[in-house]
Amino acid sequence: MALLEIEGLCAEVEGKPILRGIDLALPIGEVHAIMGPNGSGKSTLAYVLSGREGYTVTGGSVRFAGQDLLAMEPEERAAAGLFLAFQYPVELPGVGNANFLRTALNAVRRARGEKEIDAINFLKEARAALRRLSMADEMLKRNVNVGFSGGEKKRNEVFQMALLKPRLAILDETDSGLDIDALKIVAEGVNALRGKDFSALVITHYQRLLDHIVPDRVHVLSAGRIVRSGGPELAKALEASGYAGLAAEAA
Amino acid sequence: MPAVAETIETVSAVTEGGYKWGFETEIETELAPKGLSEETIRLISARKEEPEWLLAWRLKAFAAWQTMTEPHWARVAHPPIDYQDIHYYAAPRKKTPKSLAEVDPELLRTYEKLGIPLSERAALAGVEGGQVAVDAVFDSVSVATTFRETLAKAGVIFCPISEAVREHPELVRRYLGSVVPAGDNFFAALNSAVFTDGSFVFVPRGVRCPMELSTYFRINARSTGQFERTLIIAEDNAYVSYLEGCTAPMRDENQLHAAVVELVALNEAEIKYSTVQNWYPGDAEGRGGIYNFVTKRGACRGRRSKISWTQVETGSAITWKYPSCILQGEGSHGAFYSVAVTNNHQQADTGTKMIHIGANTSSTIVSKGISAGRSNNTYRGLVRIMPKAANARNFTQCDSLLIGDKCGAHTVPYIESRNATARVEHEATTSKIAEDQLFYCRSRGLSEEDSVNLIVNGFCREVFKELPMEFAVEAQKLLAVSLEGSVG
Ligand SMILES: Nc1ncnc2c1ncn2[C@@H]1O[C@H](COP(=O)(O)OP(=O)(O)OP(=O)(O)O)[C@@H](O)[C@H]1O
Ligand SMILES: [Mg+2]
Repeated sequence: MALLEIEGLCAEVEGKPILRGIDLALPIGEVHAIMGPNGSGKSTLAYVLSGREGYTVTGGSVRFAGQDLLAMEPEERAAAGLFLAFQYPVELPGVGNANFLRTALNAVRRARGEKEIDAINFLKEARAALRRLSMADEMLKRNVNVGFSGGEKKRNEVFQMALLKPRLAILDETDSGLDIDALKIVAEGVNALRGKDFSALVITHYQRLLDHIVPDRVHVLSAGRIVRSGGPELAKALEASGYAGLAAEAA
Repeated sequence: MPAVAETIETVSAVTEGGYKWGFETEIETELAPKGLSEETIRLISARKEEPEWLLAWRLKAFAAWQTMTEPHWARVAHPPIDYQDIHYYAAPRKKTPKSLAEVDPELLRTYEKLGIPLSERAALAGVEGGQVAVDAVFDSVSVATTFRETLAKAGVIFCPISEAVREHPELVRRYLGSVVPAGDNFFAALNSAVFTDGSFVFVPRGVRCPMELSTYFRINARSTGQFERTLIIAEDNAYVSYLEGCTAPMRDENQLHAAVVELVALNEAEIKYSTVQNWYPGDAEGRGGIYNFVTKRGACRGRRSKISWTQVETGSAITWKYPSCILQGEGSHGAFYSVAVTNNHQQADTGTKMIHIGANTSSTIVSKGISAGRSNNTYRGLVRIMPKAANARNFTQCDSLLIGDKCGAHTVPYIESRNATARVEHEATTSKIAEDQLFYCRSRGLSEEDSVNLIVNGFCREVFKELPMEFAVEAQKLLAVSLEGSVG
């Protein structure tokens, strides 16, 4: 059964059509990669799926675990198990990372009818997750993303994902800006979650991430449509030949 | 850090709506007839069994007040206040209690509802890592002061000012009006003429006050004004941290609150004064609420003395308030940390004055204004460097946050420097809660309202960290309640 079913999805930003009919089915437990040239609509797809204001759906439907995803508020989507690792994580001045994360975790738990986590147990879990991601405890005390290096911001996204344990993670270029070691750690973070309760859409430009997170399928997005889908070998082929041929094919 | 955990709790815990301090207490009240005259003043003075000099002082203030007019320079607007339509004295009918056991149980229940640890046991249980001594002023009368004995052992005097007038007349006479003279301004003159109660604190030379002191002010009676007067003196090398909290019932009418606070810090003394002001702000249409016209001033008289004002202003229909520091002692330091929140039709015109008189004096101003609804929020500040204030330093940071597009934020800084060696820095920002910040929080599962609270709390962090822990938590809760309904 598919966890995520996107059918004929069209969306516009500021009156400009960006997504022009996307069809994609993500079965439970699978990881799919989304590739495609700059400006093809990858981040737009991620935002539309997570419910960002200003990204107007003009057609099509999205079902997530049997629910009408597009009818839900962003926080309801999070509670339902959707997580977006931002391409450009946002800074929250004065808001401590630990505070932010525990607030988020408890909001999600409440919405799911689960018990809230207390400060002590939260810190235990958070520290354990940080260790797995080779990140310093000090991360918890800092303000959310404020003064973080590019790589630290990306790792902070993966840290949040590790704690929130989503059923579907959308990773928007989480690999860009990471050094080789960090890339491996992030990939391990994702692989650790892989299993029948976890699916992911991994947006990336680079094969090197897919060497570590081997996808079940690869889709190529171009000008707001999926123009090609295939197995992991498709990404390797693209690495060698680029998108030029595909764009022409789609046109 | 436990504060972090507390914050999360707070932000998520606040879900109840409206102004929850708006209940009324059913107790018998003695009221002076409405109106202000020499006769009213004589009545107040007689009720309080005051000495002749104080009555004379009040009458002089009244004479000065009659020649004055309300100031109109602040960015606030209200229908004219009828000063003859106010009761200037309201007291619970029962006699002033000698101990907690004598306090009217109905009053104790009110303070319990307000969450004030009035009884010593409650204070002990309620406050972690330290004790808070509490003076509670109900309408015009101080009803209980806790922890007297512990404080007395340390040599600290903490009592209602009316009692201080009787028990320590020499101290009161020496310092009363020495920072805010009776005729200082319209509202200070009014207060000097009719002040009914307030707290008195005296920390003698070399003493570090062993606990936080705090006063809760509560307006209960209808058509009454509250005019409290607080006087705090820290002698050489003394230290005290003092907190005030304020609430009032919900009423359709506007009620006047015109307080005066005077602080005196001698050589190397330090006074930290914190306020969590939550007077009833009026309803969403702007009906009712407290007019809060307050004069607060501290004198750093001694060398290297320090005074800091930290305020969280969430309530009142109108706030007119400029806690100031007169930096006279060489090397003295003044600080002002403020969060002022306005929502619906609230108006706040608040800020500070830092008057640098002595050499090497320094001051820090951090002001965070948050406006929502149709409210108006003005920061008005003055930094004045006098000719002898060589090497004086000031740093000012004023940040405004707007929620919605019908509210206003204004920054009015005045800088006057008459010494070329002085350095004054001013930074100001105005921002809206950014869409990307809101979306980031919501994508992590926070509701829109919780997201706003989190972002706003972050915006206020620099000020909240100046508050004692338990009050920082209260401040965050108040902030959340004040901003309820401001988004969406
Ligand atoms: N807020 C916006 N306002 C105007 N145009 C937008 C906005 N957001 C996206 N777009 C436009 O939509 C198109 C798709 O952008 P999107 O960010 O989805 O691309 P992308 O595939 O993620 O690219 P990249 O690989 O560079 O991250 C671009 O042409 C972009 O300029
Ligand atoms: Mg992108």
